[in-house]
Amino acid sequence: MSKFIMSRRKLLQGGAALGAFGLASGTMPIRFARADGLTIGIIYVGPRDDFGWNQAHAVAAKALKDIPGVTVVEEEKVPETDAVAKTMESMIQLDGANLVFATSFGYYQPFVIDEAKKNPSVQFRHAAPLWKEGDPKNAGSYFGYLDQAHYIDGVAGGLSTKSNKIGFVAAKPISSVLSNINSVLLGARKTNPNATVQVIFTGDWSLPVREAEATNALVDAGCDVITCHVDSPKVVISTAEGRGVKTLGHNASQAPLAPKGFITGAEYKWITIYSQYAATLSKGGTLPNMLAGGYDLDFVQNTPYGAGATDAAKAAADAAKVEMKAKKPYYVGPLKDNTGKEVIAAGQSHAPYDPWIDNINFLAEGVIGSIT
Amino acid sequence: MAVTSDTKLAAEAPALTGGDWLRRIGRSVEAVFIPAMAIVASALLFSLLLIILGKSPQEFYELLWRGGFGTSFSWQNTLVRATPLIFTALCVAVPARLGMVIIGGEGAFVLGGFCAAAIAVPLVDWASPWIVMPLMIVAAVVSGAVWIGFVGVLRYYRGVNETIASLLMYYIAVSIMNFFVEGPLRDLTNPNKPSTKPIGDANMVGDIPGTEVHWGLIVGIVLAIALWVLMNRTKFGFAARITGGNIRAARAQGLPVGRLIVISCAIAGACAGLAGYFEVAAIQGRANASIAAGYGFTGILVAFLAKQNPLAIIPVSIFLGGIAAAGGLIQRRMGMPDATVQVLQGLMFVLLLVSETFYGRFRIFGGKGGGR
Repeated sequence: MSKFIMSRRKLLQGGAALGAFGLASGTMPIRFARADGLTIGIIYVGPRDDFGWNQAHAVAAKALKDIPGVTVVEEEKVPETDAVAKTMESMIQLDGANLVFATSFGYYQPFVIDEAKKNPSVQFRHAAPLWKEGDPKNAGSYFGYLDQAHYIDGVAGGLSTKSNKIGFVAAKPISSVLSNINSVLLGARKTNPNATVQVIFTGDWSLPVREAEATNALVDAGCDVITCHVDSPKVVISTAEGRGVKTLGHNASQAPLAPKGFITGAEYKWITIYSQYAATLSKGGTLPNMLAGGYDLDFVQNTPYGAGATDAAKAAADAAKVEMKAKKPYYVGPLKDNTGKEVIAAGQSHAPYDPWIDNINFLAEGVIGSIT
Repeated sequence: MAVTSDTKLAAEAPALTGGDWLRRIGRSVEAVFIPAMAIVASALLFSLLLIILGKSPQEFYELLWRGGFGTSFSWQNTLVRATPLIFTALCVAVPARLGMVIIGGEGAFVLGGFCAAAIAVPLVDWASPWIVMPLMIVAAVVSGAVWIGFVGVLRYYRGVNETIASLLMYYIAVSIMNFFVEGPLRDLTNPNKPSTKPIGDANMVGDIPGTEVHWGLIVGIVLAIALWVLMNRTKFGFAARITGGNIRAARAQGLPVGRLIVISCAIAGACAGLAGYFEVAAIQGRANASIAAGYGFTGILVAFLAKQNPLAIIPVSIFLGGIAAAGGLIQRRMGMPDATVQVLQGLMFVLLLVSETFYGRFRIFGGKGGGR
């Protein structure tokens, strides 16, 4: 009797092994269908032609495709739910992706971490400075310090405003947004000590109607230069152009939207990072877990000057770019926030990449608006 | 014993003549045939569109099959995406039996998910999952039920249109969540993505063994069957259907119309709230803006395609889940935008609505033929 049980167990084991083999051989051809060379999967949270965050990545994706031996697969409008987990798996299983770029903030926790644990042979990189020790080694973060390019925006904007009022349409009062608002103000004050930045928070990343209302309200309040930090600056920039005021861009190039008033814009230059990754992997090297930089590393840039830029603004902005590339600090004391509290003492300063900048939770003096 | 009761039932049923039987079968065939033709017609129309765009319809439908249903991975992908749709479609289908069009299930979804997280967060460190998990479910179900139940109250006692009220209350629900997530309940360790603190791994809902599909799928299927029984095989359901058919006749019969309306809305809201619970407890692990991913709105489409029948909701959810799952593969392989799949869905929806006018027009199914 016991012999019979043993043999039945063996039979079951054998059957299971056979089944597993069948399953494996069934998925094999699919898995390696496109796995010659490097296959990169890029995931966007919105449409690729949004004139903003997603477009900045898509522009880089397009450039990546020109590198020989690199295949790029893209998927847009993937929400920050388990849909993105399934998209990553699908890219790995069906397209043979060996490197995945998850470009939206909410993709990281828990989805990128989980998938990285599940697929140790695949590299995952996420576009926000979130990776920390203890997270999977095949995951990582890359990021550009866009505040440096916003500072250049401010330098040009300070010389472009006649009313000394720059309008800023912002999504949420979180550190990365606050840091960009302050950068515009500090840049503008460098060239125009009377400049102010008036900010309106819309409350979310993509609220086109409210963004248009905020833009109109700022123009009505006397702002003659408008900039923003929302997912897609399209509505803000075209509304401002329609009102006949000048504009400063954000995330990607909005120059085509404002043929008359566009000055310059703060842009990411993801291709620098993406092509570095591709080169490292095709040489068999290891990718860094954390890669962040600004002007000095060519991770951010400013949009070529538009018709709204005066010669004086161009000259001042070009000079400021040289300083940025040399990592000259622009958060220099004494600096107060807009409630009068001192945030940097006289004689102190915070250089680019100082973690202090990542955790900014104030609006600098000269910014009209409130976090709460 | 069982045999006798069966024979008794059969004896009680009115005798059917041969013609009645034929007509009955004809009607069931018609109920499958007409929607199937509508789907085939939309597929043909969509192929035409693909040909105009210079893409291969054959490749499209092959990828649709492969990405949605072709492999075991695709099936799991499909089922994961179908799960929330079953719940949110029930939120539309149940009140529809009473003649109400509730389109704000997303509000109950968001609020249910948020309340589940909000009740779990203070308990995470000391209470056992045996306490926390039931409390989370109760919080989600009750908040969802109250939310849509209130729409029913407004409908019956104040005569407010339930479609508009439920839609507007969706915005309120999102604002309530944002208020708490960005304010009193914010996890300050995460400066750039306002979220509640995590609900803890111990309180997470696991996957069905051997799959990557969480238990919400089973709960959803059981719930759909239970609600089908409730609406079709109980006194409550009968009374609800009479109310939907003719509210004045129902009142004249002495049916508690107000109570039926409010209870049906509460059941609907409870379904959506439960979906929100699973989004937080099985997927996100915390509440934040990502839980408002639009499942509530896709649920409207599912419910209408299923003709408000709770049982039909199950296959329709899986069908749409499959289309969504394949959408990614289609984007990647054919280089088409995400909107492609939405166009196909939209075509199906319109043609299915149009196909409703064909019921009873085919002599072969026992209809009168010609016009009605």
